[in-house]
Amino acid sequence: MDPSAPGAEPVRPAAPGVAPAEATGLRVDERVRALHPLQRLFMRPDFGSLAGVVLLLVFFAFAASGSGMFAPDGIMNWLHVSAELGVIAVPAALLMIAGEFDLSIGSMIGFSGMAAAIPAVYWGWPVWTAILFAFALSVGLGALDGYLVVRTRLPSFIVSLAFLFVLRGLSLAVSVMLTNQTIISGVNHAARGDWLAPLLGGRIGHPLFVLLARWHLIGTYRDGSPLISGIPMIMIWWIAIAAVAHFVLSSTRFGNHIFATGGDRNAARSLGVPVARVKILLFCSTAFCAALLGISQVMEFGSAAADRGLDMEFEAIIAAVIGGSLLTGGYGSATGACFGALIFGIAEQGIYFANWNNNWFRVFLGALLLIAVLFNNFIRRRVTGER
Amino acid sequence: MASLIETRDVHMHFGHVIALAGISFMLEESQVHCLLGDNGAGKSTLIKILSGVFRPSAGEYLVEGTPARFTSPRDALDAGIATVFQDLAMVPLMSITRNFFMGREPVRAWGPLRIMDFRSADRVAREEMRRIGIDLRDPGQAVGTLSGGERQCLAIARAVYFGARVLILDEPTSALGVAQTSMVLRYVHLVREKGLGVIFITHNVRHAMAVGDEFTVLDRGRIAGRFRRGEATLESLQALMAGGKELAELATELGGTV
Repeated sequence: MDPSAPGAEPVRPAAPGVAPAEATGLRVDERVRALHPLQRLFMRPDFGSLAGVVLLLVFFAFAASGSGMFAPDGIMNWLHVSAELGVIAVPAALLMIAGEFDLSIGSMIGFSGMAAAIPAVYWGWPVWTAILFAFALSVGLGALDGYLVVRTRLPSFIVSLAFLFVLRGLSLAVSVMLTNQTIISGVNHAARGDWLAPLLGGRIGHPLFVLLARWHLIGTYRDGSPLISGIPMIMIWWIAIAAVAHFVLSSTRFGNHIFATGGDRNAARSLGVPVARVKILLFCSTAFCAALLGISQVMEFGSAAADRGLDMEFEAIIAAVIGGSLLTGGYGSATGACFGALIFGIAEQGIYFANWNNNWFRVFLGALLLIAVLFNNFIRRRVTGER
Repeated sequence: MASLIETRDVHMHFGHVIALAGISFMLEESQVHCLLGDNGAGKSTLIKILSGVFRPSAGEYLVEGTPARFTSPRDALDAGIATVFQDLAMVPLMSITRNFFMGREPVRAWGPLRIMDFRSADRVAREEMRRIGIDLRDPGQAVGTLSGGERQCLAIARAVYFGARVLILDEPTSALGVAQTSMVLRYVHLVREKGLGVIFITHNVRHAMAVGDEFTVLDRGRIAGRFRRGEATLESLQALMAGGKELAELATELGGTV
C-alpha cells in the first residue's frame, strides 16, 4: 500500500536516452528516517483528539460509574450534545484550515431560528417556505461576511465579530419590533403535517427503539414507551456533514485549495487557486450549518428564542482546535473536529452525571484548549521538521 | 521566427521612482538568457512584468509575436510562462504531491463525483523529482521537511512539468549547496535541450557562465551590456554588474580574491 516503505523502490538502471541528471541523481537518501506506522498515526492532525476521547471515556467510566451515563439513553444524551456542536464545529474547522474564523456562528443560530419562526408563526407562511427563507437569508449573510473579509483584507476575527453583534442585535430587535417578545412559540402547531420540518427537528428509528424496549435492551417509561424515542435528525446531519467535509478535504480539488489558501495565501494565489472563492464558500458553509442547527432546534422544541446559540462560536472554534486544526490555518481535519465535539459532549455531560458542580466544565475546557494548542504547535513542528 | 518573448523599450515607474528605463529584451527557443545585475538593478521588476505580476508603465511586451495582456501570474502561466520566484510559492504544511499540483490538481471520475487522483499525482511527483535528481521516499511528506535546495528543485520541476515554454528562474542557486547547484544547472541545460527558453536571474557570474547562451547585464534600470556566449569574460561581466570601478578597487583591497 505504501510505496515509500523502505526497500520498496529498488534503484533501477537508467532507461536509454534519459538525461544525465536522471542517471546520476538516482540514489536513496539514507538520511531520511523510516517512520514507524505508529509514528505516522501520531502525526495525524486528529490523533490527539481521538486519544482525548478514549481517555475521557475511560475516566468517566470510573468517575461516573453507576450514574447511567453509559446506559443507552445516557449515551444518547451526550451524543446529542456532541452532535449539536459537531454540526457547526466541522465547517468551523474547514474555515480555520483556510485561515479564517467565523465568530458569528453563535448569533447565526439564534438569527436563523427567528428567521424561520417569524414567517411561519406571524406571517402564516407554510413552514417549509419559512425554513428555506431562513436558510437563504443565513447563507446570504455568510457570503456577505466572507465577501467583506476577502475584499477588505481585514482579519476575519474583526469582521465576523461585527456580525456577531449585528446578528444578535437584529434577532432581538426585530423580534421585539414585530412580535413584542424574544421567544416565539407555536412553531410546532404551524409545522404539523409539514414535509420539511421533520427532516430538521424530527427523530428517526422509533419502531426500532420500541422493539429494543420490548426486548428489554433499553429502558422504558412507566407507560412502556422506550426512553429513547428515536435518533434525533441533528445526529444524522452531523454524520452527513462530517462525511462530506472529510471527503472534500481529503479527496477533492477544492480540499487541496482549502489547505493551500490557509497554508500560504500568496503561494496559492500565484499558482491559480481561487483564494477568494474558497473563503467565501467556506463562510457560506459555516452560515449554512449554523442555520441548520438553529432551525433544527426550532423545529425540535417548537419555539424560537433570539438568544439561542450564545457562546457557541467559541465552542465550535474550541472543538476545531482540540481536533487538531491550527489557528494559523493550513492544517487540520474534519474528523478531528468531530472528536473535539465528542470530547465536549462527554465532558459536559460526564460532569453532570458524576454529580459535580458544572462550573468545573469551564475550567476543564479552558485547560484542554491550552493543552490542545500547545500539542498542535508541537505536531506542526514535527510535520514541517521545523526546530 | 518570432521570439518566445520580447520586450520593446519597457519602462516601469513606481510613483516617482523609475525602476526600468527602456529595456528591450528577447528570448528565443532553446536559449538560456542570463539576467545579471546588482541589487536594485531592476532584475526583479523586469521578471515581474514578464510573469504577469506587473504591467509595464510604457513599452511593449510580446509573447510569440503578439502583445501580452496579463492581469495575473495565472494568465502568464496559461500562456506557458512559468516563473520560479525566490519565495518558491510552497506551502510547508502540505505534502509534496499537494504542492506539486496546487491549483492544477488531477482528477478522475468516481461515480458522479470528481476526486483527486492521488495515485497518478504521487507517481508524477516522484518521477519529476527523480528527473531533477531527487529521489523521494514519500511524496506524502510535508514540504516543510525538505531542505531549501530540495524545495527549489521541486518548484523548478513543477514549473517545467506544467508545460512551460518559458521558464523564469529567479536566483535559483542562491540557497543551494555545491552539489545541488550543479544539479540545477544541469537541469537548466536539459530544459533548454527540450526547446524551452530559460531566463536565469543570478548574482553569480560563474553560474551564469556555466549555462548561459546570452547575457544581459542591468544596471540602475538600464541595460549596461549584452553579450553572446564566448564574447564575455568572467571579469568583464563582473565589472559591469558592479558598475565598473568599485569591484576592481575592492579586488585589490582583498588581494584579488573576489
